[in-house]
Amino acid sequence: MSTRLLSAAVPHGPTDLARHHAVHGPLPALGRSDAEALIRAVADAGLRGRGGAGFPTARKLEAVAFARHPVVVVNGTEGEPASGKDRLLLGTQPHLVLDGAVTAARAVGAREIVVVAPATAHPALGAALDERGARDGPEVRLVVAAEGYVAGEETAVLAHVEGRPARPRVAPPRPAERGLHGRPTLVQNVETLAHLGLVVRHGAGWFREAGTPERPGTTLVSVSGAVGRRGVFEVPVGTPVDELLRLAGGPAEPLRALLVGGYFGAWIDGGARPALSDRDLRPLGAAVGAGVVLALGASSCPVAAVARLGSWMAGQSAGQCGSCVNGLAAIAGVLGRLADGRGAPDDLALLTRWTAMVDGRGACAHPTGTVRMITSATRLFAAELDDHAHHGRCATCAAAGRAPSVRGRHGAVAA
Amino acid sequence: MSARETGAAEPVLALDPIACVGHGLCAELFPEGLVLDDWGFPIVLPEASDPALRAHAKRAAKACPALALRLRAARR
Repeated sequence: MSTRLLSAAVPHGPTDLARHHAVHGPLPALGRSDAEALIRAVADAGLRGRGGAGFPTARKLEAVAFARHPVVVVNGTEGEPASGKDRLLLGTQPHLVLDGAVTAARAVGAREIVVVAPATAHPALGAALDERGARDGPEVRLVVAAEGYVAGEETAVLAHVEGRPARPRVAPPRPAERGLHGRPTLVQNVETLAHLGLVVRHGAGWFREAGTPERPGTTLVSVSGAVGRRGVFEVPVGTPVDELLRLAGGPAEPLRALLVGGYFGAWIDGGARPALSDRDLRPLGAAVGAGVVLALGASSCPVAAVARLGSWMAGQSAGQCGSCVNGLAAIAGVLGRLADGRGAPDDLALLTRWTAMVDGRGACAHPTGTVRMITSATRLFAAELDDHAHHGRCATCAAAGRAPSVRGRHGAVAA
Repeated sequence: MSARETGAAEPVLALDPIACVGHGLCAELFPEGLVLDDWGFPIVLPEASDPALRAHAKRAAKACPALALRLRAARR
């Protein structure tokens, strides 16, 4: 198994500068004149953002390059609960992340870098900055990341760094046009920058030696749920999901479903074993997204699982847009009563109506991403949802000895 | 070909979903272009930017007490 981002990892704690240099080599010195060649190399490498949306990194760099007083923001907010990759990189490979940030700053002509990272990663980052010492490079500032799912959205990150609540704003203008304190701003995910720190050393051809043509490179995947050993694993994009589950100690029981991509992702059948690539996942309505695979065991009620996710996502709304506040709460309410056996057959139509009604609205992707995940669940778990709506529970609940609802109990007696 | 030549610069009726608090006047004034969802918040229909309905769109935008609706140049 070839690792890249984690090849300098040590058993415990962060990789120090000496080991970082011994494994990866020094960061090439880049002058102002190398910026264009660097952006071209990133374009040739086909590096895409690893925060979830998968936007081409070169286009983001270009949008800020040679603007007046640009600034680079390293986004380590990682509000995705099933994801742990950015925390892992910040805590164990701080030099690689900083190399990527410095490279991005050189590519766009920025003299200032703001690293937004969870408090737990600050000791490693602080120590890494001390090791690197004072240089004539860009100035680096550390900020403790805000908590919450939407806090990782790039305009919310900027609001947080400016000292305001970490809530998204309407975009455009994009951060590249008007970002931190109005300055052109490049906001990049931590993993994306770590890859950039290697592309600048080894080039586009090397980067493409792993992964798929559409999404080259390796990727960090957070595997959790009904597996033997949850964790973050570095694999080439396109690695079969089977292999990922094996790395995570294998399924702990037969699997009913897999949530792929994250809480904005999609549920796919537990028996499906696609490769973790957009080409394989697209026909299943899923995408690599933020590199998340969450396994749902066959002994868990899928309706209850989706209801928990829906309720959590509704609670994570920034509370700004009517469609998100009301729509997600209404959908979570329906899912909750269906899961508890208090639902009614009409609830299924309400779910269909409200998920469609919320889709595509709101200032940020929160309502749309959430209803897309829920829609994938209503498709995949149609039989279980129907059982819950009509009988108060599904076969999985019955097998687990969970009592049906009042309605269901009457039904059972009648039958 | 420039955006002007392709007609892509036609203004569109844009809703700021954060500013919108669901007064609902827009949908009342311009039902061809806006409908309210089950919670009273407007959904902008594609027809809202129909050049033939421009006057109605303008009236709806003007009437919004939250200044959440406006006609703005299309992007991309």
